[in-house]
Amino acid sequence: MTGHTLGRATSSRTWSRSIGAARSRGYVGAGRAGGATVVHRASVPVKLASLAVLGVATVALPGPAPAVTVLLVVVALASLARLPRRVAFAGLRPVVTVVVILGAVQWWQRGWMTAVDASADLTALVLGATVLVATSPLDDLLDAVVRASAPLRRVGLRPELVALTVMLMLRTVPALLDLMAEVRDAARARGLGRHPRALLVPMAIRTVARARATGEALAARGIGDEPPAGYAEPARRPEA
Amino acid sequence: MITFDAATVTAPGTTAHGGPVRLLAPLTCRLTESRIAVIGANGSGKSTLARLVNGLVLPAAGRVDVDGWDTVRDGGEVRRRVGFVFTDPDAQLVMPTPLEDVALSLRRLDLSRADRAARAREILESFGLGDRADVAVHSLSGGQKQLLALACVLATGPSVLVCDEPTTLLDLRWRRHVEDVLDGLDQQVVLVTHDLASARRTDRVLVVDQGAVVHDGDASTGVAFYEDLMAAGAAANAARPRTDVT
Repeated sequence: MTGHTLGRATSSRTWSRSIGAARSRGYVGAGRAGGATVVHRASVPVKLASLAVLGVATVALPGPAPAVTVLLVVVALASLARLPRRVAFAGLRPVVTVVVILGAVQWWQRGWMTAVDASADLTALVLGATVLVATSPLDDLLDAVVRASAPLRRVGLRPELVALTVMLMLRTVPALLDLMAEVRDAARARGLGRHPRALLVPMAIRTVARARATGEALAARGIGDEPPAGYAEPARRPEA
Repeated sequence: MITFDAATVTAPGTTAHGGPVRLLAPLTCRLTESRIAVIGANGSGKSTLARLVNGLVLPAAGRVDVDGWDTVRDGGEVRRRVGFVFTDPDAQLVMPTPLEDVALSLRRLDLSRADRAARAREILESFGLGDRADVAVHSLSGGQKQLLALACVLATGPSVLVCDEPTTLLDLRWRRHVEDVLDGLDQQVVLVTHDLASARRTDRVLVVDQGAVVHDGDASTGVAFYEDLMAAGAAANAARPRTDVT
C-alpha cells in the first residue's frame, strides 16, 4: 500500500505534498491500492445503504455527543479501510472552509453545541462519501447507481445516463483541482500570481473547454447513445 | 465506406458580406481506401472534416454517411461504426483506471459485469497494457495513455477509425509504436496529421486549405501538393513588411 494511513503522524511538509499528490491524482478510487480490507470487500449497495443510514443518523440524532460519535465511527471506518491520509484530506479539503464558516456562524447564533453538531455532521458525511468512492471500483458504483435509478425509467430518465452523470461529477472534482493548479502556475509564471482576473478568467474558459472536450470525447465513444433496455438491431436497414 | 455528398459546414453568425461563416466548403467524395490521410495547415478545416465522419460535427447542408448510415439521422448507429481518437488522450480517458475505462466502452455491449472486466483485461493485454490495467490512469505515460485511448475506441469493434493527430503529443518512440499499431489495424483509418511521413504511407491524401479540400489524390502527389502550398504560404509571409519586437 502506498501513502500514509489515517492515524500516522506526518510533518506539515509531507501533508502539503500529499495534498498536492491527491490533487494531481484525484481522490476518486485512489485508495483502492489498499484493496483487501473488509470495507473494500463490502458490496457497493451495502456501502451506499450505509451512507444513506449515516445521512439519516446525522439528522435523527441531534446534539454534539451523537454527532461526534458518528464522526468517530466514520473515522474508524476510514482507518479500517486504510484510507491514505492524502485521499482523506483531498476529500475533505473542499468543504473545510464551509465547515469552519458554518461552525462559526452556528456558534455565534446558537451556541457551541449546535456548532459542534453541524460541523461534525457535515465532516462525517463528506468523509463517509470519500470512503465509499475511494474503496469502490467506479464500474461497480456505476452498476449500483444504474440499478438504484431503474425506477426513473418510468418518468423517461435512462438509468445509464443517470449513472454517467454521477460518474462525471465524481471525476470532475479532481480534474478541476488539477486545472486550478495549472492556471495558478501559469499566472505565477507571468508574475500575476495574485491577480484575480489572471486566475478566474482562464479558469472559467478552461473549465468550459474541458467540459466540451469531455462531452465530445464521450459522444465520440458513443457513450450516452445507448438505447433503452430490450434494444435489438434496428429494423430499418441503411440505404443502399 | 464513407460518402460525402455536398457536405458543407457552417458556423453561427454571418460574414462581412452577410453570408454564413463557412468552415468547410461543399465536399463530395467517396472514401473507400483502407488508409486515408487528411493534411493541411493549422485551422484549415482538417478536424472539422474528420468530425463530420462520426457525427461530432453535422453538415449544415448536404449529407455524410458511413456504410449507408446517415450521420444526422442515424448518429448512434454511425458512432457504433466509427471510432474517434483525439490528439489529447487526457480528454478522452474518464475513468480512474485503464481497466475501468475500457469497461466503460464495453457497457455499450450486452455483457455481464464479469464478462466486461474479462474482455477489458484481454483488450489491454492485446495492447501491451495488461500490467497497467489497475494502475491510476494519471500514472501512465503520454504514449500509454494514447494507446489506452485507442484500446477504448477499438474495444467495441468499429469498422472505421478516425484519428485526429494522434501522435502529435508523443515522443518519437511512442509515435512509432502508435503508428505501428494503426498500420496493423483491419479497420479503415482516416488519419488527420501533420506528419508527412505518415501521410506518405496512406493510399489517398486529401489536402485541406482555408476550409476546402483543394487536392484529392494518391499519397505522393498529395504530399507534394501540400509542400508546394506551404512553400507558397511561407514565401507570402516573408514578403510581408515586418514589425520589429523589442
